[in-house]
Amino acid sequence: MLNLHLILFLAFGAVAVAGAVNLLAQTHPINSALSLIAVMAALAGEYLLLGAEFVAAVQVIVYAGAIMVLFVFTIMLLNAGVEERTQGSRVSVLLGIPGMLLGSILVAWVVLRHSGTEAVAVGSLPGDPKTIGQMLFHEFLLPFEITSVLILIAIMGAVVLASKPPSTPAAGLTREAE
Amino acid sequence: MPIWLYLLASVIKSAVVLGVLLTAVAYTVWLERKVVGRMQNRWGPTRVGPFGLLQPAADGIKFLFKEDLTPPHVYKPLYIAAPMIAVIFALTSIAVIPFGNAITIGGYSIPLQVTDVNTGLLLILGITSIGVYGVALAGWSSNNKYSLLGGLRASAQMVSYEISLGLSLVGVLIMSGSFSLRDIVMAQQGHFWGFIPRWNIFHGQFIGFFCYLMAAYAETNRIPFDLPEAETELVAGYHTEYSAMKFAMFFMAEYANMITVACLATLLFFGGWNGPIFGPPILQALLPVFWFAAKIFAFLFLYIWVRGTLPRFRYDQLMAFGWKFLLPLSLMNLIATAIAVAW
Repeated sequence: MLNLHLILFLAFGAVAVAGAVNLLAQTHPINSALSLIAVMAALAGEYLLLGAEFVAAVQVIVYAGAIMVLFVFTIMLLNAGVEERTQGSRVSVLLGIPGMLLGSILVAWVVLRHSGTEAVAVGSLPGDPKTIGQMLFHEFLLPFEITSVLILIAIMGAVVLASKPPSTPAAGLTREAE
Repeated sequence: MPIWLYLLASVIKSAVVLGVLLTAVAYTVWLERKVVGRMQNRWGPTRVGPFGLLQPAADGIKFLFKEDLTPPHVYKPLYIAAPMIAVIFALTSIAVIPFGNAITIGGYSIPLQVTDVNTGLLLILGITSIGVYGVALAGWSSNNKYSLLGGLRASAQMVSYEISLGLSLVGVLIMSGSFSLRDIVMAQQGHFWGFIPRWNIFHGQFIGFFCYLMAAYAETNRIPFDLPEAETELVAGYHTEYSAMKFAMFFMAEYANMITVACLATLLFFGGWNGPIFGPPILQALLPVFWFAAKIFAFLFLYIWVRGTLPRFRYDQLMAFGWKFLLPLSLMNLIATAIAVAW
């Protein structure tokens, strides 16, 4: 049973990585957005396999179902076309890809060996809704509330930025003069 | 239970549920044409079979044999994928709907449900939230102004009403304390004062049910919220460029979504398969499924009744109703339920 879990885990991981690479390789914005949805869905599968079914469901509902719909909506509304493909510099290909691989290996090694965390066994995360609720509203109540205030401020900032600038009396005068 | 028996039971259940769902979709179309016909003082389908009962079969054959046109200016991969996305996600969500108690065959207890997931309700919400892409991508990939407008309207409408839909369900979740649809139905057994059933709608969730019904009508793009395919303004909205079976797949998706919404309303607010049980053992085994089907039929009839009665909203009215009326109402319902349960 564990082996099946492991195979599925690796398969979802492969889908997530392939989707992320495809996201960068595609030139059309809507294909990139759809690749990102595939990444989100694959991540939800990983959470599910780790036993965090509530997080998996929220990942699909919020990221794949709401945020990405707004992405696709924006792309449709702007009618964004195919991006220009530039060849890029040779240095970025020769140094960038090995550097990125080296960096991610380094991060993985540090996290696994030196941070004192252990690898999580498949299906062992405390992910049922009750535990999540306890954690959010008891143990991590203050960070949770601060985050929600931050998001509220961000929303208000977006509303202020998007609203029309107030018409100044000077502007009205020039219009009358014309 | 041995693994092969489990697999066999799952395959049989999936086949039966899918068959029943597709038949129900076909006959909901027939029912709609018949009932709306009677409401408008005409007959509806009468020519194919008795009472026009074979009309869905004739329509299906017609859809299969019509020419499958692909307009030259479409973005082909998504144009082909969009109807598939719509119909796949519409049919998947039926998998977690329970439609009766467990039955015992040969010493094994088999639940009447394709798969019993302990977060069934969340799964349905997730699947329906992904189903939006079918409509949105169809509108975009058709490369047609009317289709694009339909797709834009659909995605904006569904994202807006999904919030009210989710919030209207939280009241029920607070009352039953579980995400499992089976547990939610179990929590609604029994009666008040011996005769009023202990369904959630009679248990303080009337406003929650109202919000759910309004949001569900908007989510399924049905009249009075069928703006994405408003034929007086947008030709046929997001499926203008589709023909033959691809068009039929959107049609199937819409009706399958209607049935899912009706199932969910029955399970969450109307006690699921709870109802009077009497008679010999075989009748006792079948009556819960009958009550479940009868309640779903009532909801489908309501859908058709509303379609025959109400005109379509304007788009600004739709948005104002969703954000300024339905969202505050469902939030208030949530707060009131939480206070009442905590008391």
